[in-house]
Amino acid sequence: MYDAGKIIIGLVVFIALVSYPVWYDAARGDIPTSVDPKIVTTEKECVAPTEYMKANHMDLLNQWRDNVVRKNIRVYTAESGRKFEMSLSHTCMDCHSNKSEFCDECHNYSGVNPYCWDCHIEPEEEQP
Amino acid sequence: MNALYALFVVILLLLVAWIGIGTVNLHILFGIVLPYLAFAIFVLGFFYRIIKWAGSPVPFRIPATCGQQKSLPWIKNSKLDNPHNAFWTIIRMALEILTFRSLFRSTRAELRDDQRIAYGDTKWLWAGALAFHWTFLIIILRHYRFFAEPVPGFVLFLQNIDGLFQVGLPVVYITDAVIVLAATYLFIRRVFIPQVRYISLFADYFPLFLIGGIAVTGILMRYFTKVDVSAVKELTLGWINFNPVAPEGIGIMFYLHLFLVSVLFAYFPFSKLMHMGGIFLSPARNLANNNRARRHVNPWNYDVKTHTYEEYEDEFRDVMKEAGMPLEKE
Repeated sequence: MYDAGKIIIGLVVFIALVSYPVWYDAARGDIPTSVDPKIVTTEKECVAPTEYMKANHMDLLNQWRDNVVRKNIRVYTAESGRKFEMSLSHTCMDCHSNKSEFCDECHNYSGVNPYCWDCHIEPEEEQP
Repeated sequence: MNALYALFVVILLLLVAWIGIGTVNLHILFGIVLPYLAFAIFVLGFFYRIIKWAGSPVPFRIPATCGQQKSLPWIKNSKLDNPHNAFWTIIRMALEILTFRSLFRSTRAELRDDQRIAYGDTKWLWAGALAFHWTFLIIILRHYRFFAEPVPGFVLFLQNIDGLFQVGLPVVYITDAVIVLAATYLFIRRVFIPQVRYISLFADYFPLFLIGGIAVTGILMRYFTKVDVSAVKELTLGWINFNPVAPEGIGIMFYLHLFLVSVLFAYFPFSKLMHMGGIFLSPARNLANNNRARRHVNPWNYDVKTHTYEEYEDEFRDVMKEAGMPLEKE
């Protein structure tokens, strides 16, 4: 091997870059590998099934926003036929009042920074 | 035809993943075994190629120079395009790797109607390549949100910049649009420019379609079919912690995306994509042009048997003296 010193430096840099998450996570030790958003309501049914909400809630919120703000449609009829007011602050946050344990749980975990709270006032939570 | 073969292979790969996940339920294979295998092939193959290249001696400096060499003090030399020391070579390499200066230089020859040939600048390839590579880099760095916990600050920063316009929800990333456009341009260029089409092989089209497929499946997954992102991160963090689990309920689009990425990683060391490592080892770029300033001895030169005049005189002194020839040493 010619220029072994430079080649080895290059390969070390390469391996350090591609393995970055491994030592980044290892340096932090005990990291949560899954999330468990807490549901603190006695209500039995959401506006849509859990599986749908997990992946698509942002779409639904976006539609609600457009319907309310731009079309003045305020009532959402769920698949079960039940009617809900299209409102983040009232309908959603009535059940999911624990933003830090519900919304933030997954959003922080997957590095999502939703801009809901640019306009909406964050719910007041009792600080433990 | 090469382009069609490549497209066909990528569609075949998508079908393999579709059948493997959709009907046969091979979540462990596609979600854990193949990604690990692909990554191992990528790292080991990369090492193998680099070390193999490092075995080629470069005894003489062969930089491609594009400016005046450093010589006499009153002749102005071009430091960047004809570097004479390590410092300027590093600057030249950095600009080559980060801004593709050699593509910026490309020209186009054209036969005019009056049978005269005309040359002109053409920056399209440079612009397309720059857009493609930089957006690809940003997209890869954005994906660290799945591999690092907590999500590093630079990833959040990139996401904010990338989604600056806040169009739609989830916000549309500028890079997602740019990489599709850039890959499309790089493909169209190969098909429509006759000279480029003539030299385009399967190995040129396949990575383009593969990366295009990865981009499209990623875009479909993010904006249209949706997946449970938390479950995805559970899987990816499992790889990183060497404690992999294949959670239920991740949409099939994710597995199509992941399988194409696995194929890309495994294919990488055996393909033209190795220019990622190879650019650093290009002797026409990474050497200082000091052939005349310094002596470069060929490392495998054998010891040449010499017989100097002094040795000759020593050998024949007596005879030469007898014959009355002049001697340097008596």
